[in-house]
Amino acid sequence: MIRLTHVDKSYPNGALALRDVTFRISRGEFVFLTGHSGAGKSTIMKLLFAEQRPTSGEVRVSGYDVTSLRRDEIPKLRRRLGIVFQDFRLLDDRTAAENIAFALEVTGARRDTINARVARVLAQVGLSAKSRAHPRELSGGEQQRVAIARALVNDPAILVADEPTGNLDERATRGVFQLLRDINAAGTVVVMATHDLDLVRQARYRTIELRDGSVVYDSAEDEPDAVEAGR
Amino acid sequence: MRLLTREALLSFRRAPLLSTLSVTTIGFSLFTLGLFGLVAINLREALRGLEERVEVVAFVLRGTPAETITLATQDIAAFPEVEDVVYVTEEQALARARRELVEFRDAYRDLQVNPLPASIEVRLKSGYRDAATAGRVAERLRGFEFVEDVRFGRDWVQKLDHLRNITGIVGLVIGLAFAAVAVVIIGVTIRLTLLQRAREISIMRLVGATNWFIRGPFLLEGALKGLLGGFLSLLLCYGGYLLFRDRSGGTFGGLVFFHPVQMAAIVLFGVLLGLFGSLVSVGRHLRNV
Repeated sequence: MIRLTHVDKSYPNGALALRDVTFRISRGEFVFLTGHSGAGKSTIMKLLFAEQRPTSGEVRVSGYDVTSLRRDEIPKLRRRLGIVFQDFRLLDDRTAAENIAFALEVTGARRDTINARVARVLAQVGLSAKSRAHPRELSGGEQQRVAIARALVNDPAILVADEPTGNLDERATRGVFQLLRDINAAGTVVVMATHDLDLVRQARYRTIELRDGSVVYDSAEDEPDAVEAGR
Repeated sequence: MRLLTREALLSFRRAPLLSTLSVTTIGFSLFTLGLFGLVAINLREALRGLEERVEVVAFVLRGTPAETITLATQDIAAFPEVEDVVYVTEEQALARARRELVEFRDAYRDLQVNPLPASIEVRLKSGYRDAATAGRVAERLRGFEFVEDVRFGRDWVQKLDHLRNITGIVGLVIGLAFAAVAVVIIGVTIRLTLLQRAREISIMRLVGATNWFIRGPFLLEGALKGLLGGFLSLLLCYGGYLLFRDRSGGTFGGLVFFHPVQMAAIVLFGVLLGLFGSLVSVGRHLRNV
């Protein structure tokens, strides 16, 4: 599903964000990307949804070669992914349901399909009762659930979550994390960048640790038996 | 299409102040352009009034038979530059002089012999009322053997030519400058809207919106703002026109306003400006995000 091969990423100012990063993520996996701030987690996330391109090496996501992807193909790739951020990125002047529907509208889906699918994902994240609430009327945990629902509504093969619990209290963190586990259990690949080591320890999923732009630990290779979700 | 319209209209509802500001900016930019346009068309109208007085007059030798002159006027009327030809007999010339030159009325009344010659007055078609054409026509009239002299006020017509050229060039330059300023101001206003909605655009891109999907509502919004701005500018121009006409104490009583076609052109120009400004700003923004 995801394959990075000898990926380097440097910025125009010369800073090296990734150095010879290689890993594969297969169907059904749940993978934590860990490391300190600046270790390269977010850069990998951005490569996955083609917000950035590698300087060298190859990035393949869901059959698309990000390295040579044409600009007009980027939206097609993103429609096959669900993307979740720490800061939720919801549109403040739209209700929860409208925020979710928006991700379907951009694909040109029919109105009746949209309504049914929005209702379904809202139920999945446990927010059916708050479909008409605006983001400011929701707690942080609820806003992140709306963002996850938006990411799910296109039935993505891969869910990319960049520090999804970074802005949440402990309880909300547990709730959102459980939701991501359920999504993975239903067959979706989940790649979650986090520096919350409690969460990482708690679940025993595959963990890839980055330091200064390089992979320093990959539990699938270093301790293959410890990984909970199989490849 | 419904989605496109909804998104475009939403932006008016979401940012009413900025939208009003955009429409007002477009309106006032087009207003200055429109005012200049009004001055230009009125100036042209005034010049046209002057032009109509451009006339080539051939004085006819005394004793020329009437049939000769009738035939000649038919010939002259067939010149491509000529609008109409009038033959003024000696008696008509005297009567006109008595009527028009009041200060010489007594002198003309006491005359025993009519000193005024008969003449053929030739008026030129619009577009041919310049010194070069008038000179050419005069030259041809001189070719008739019964013509004693030809006059057309060469100096005056040359001055008119000059005035017309200057008005044309100055009009074009100032008009283009105003239009350029309008485009820049409108572009900046649309850019402000975009900056305000940068976050929304980035979210649209993340959920897989194509660039055209993102552009669509902005383009429609720009066109709508241009349309409203165009109407506003017409309203302002009409207000300015009425004020100027009615407060000038009759000096500018003959001022004209835009024709419906010109008004439609102004509104269309507003729409195009809005569309173009949006296209450029969104394009630049999408490349940068």
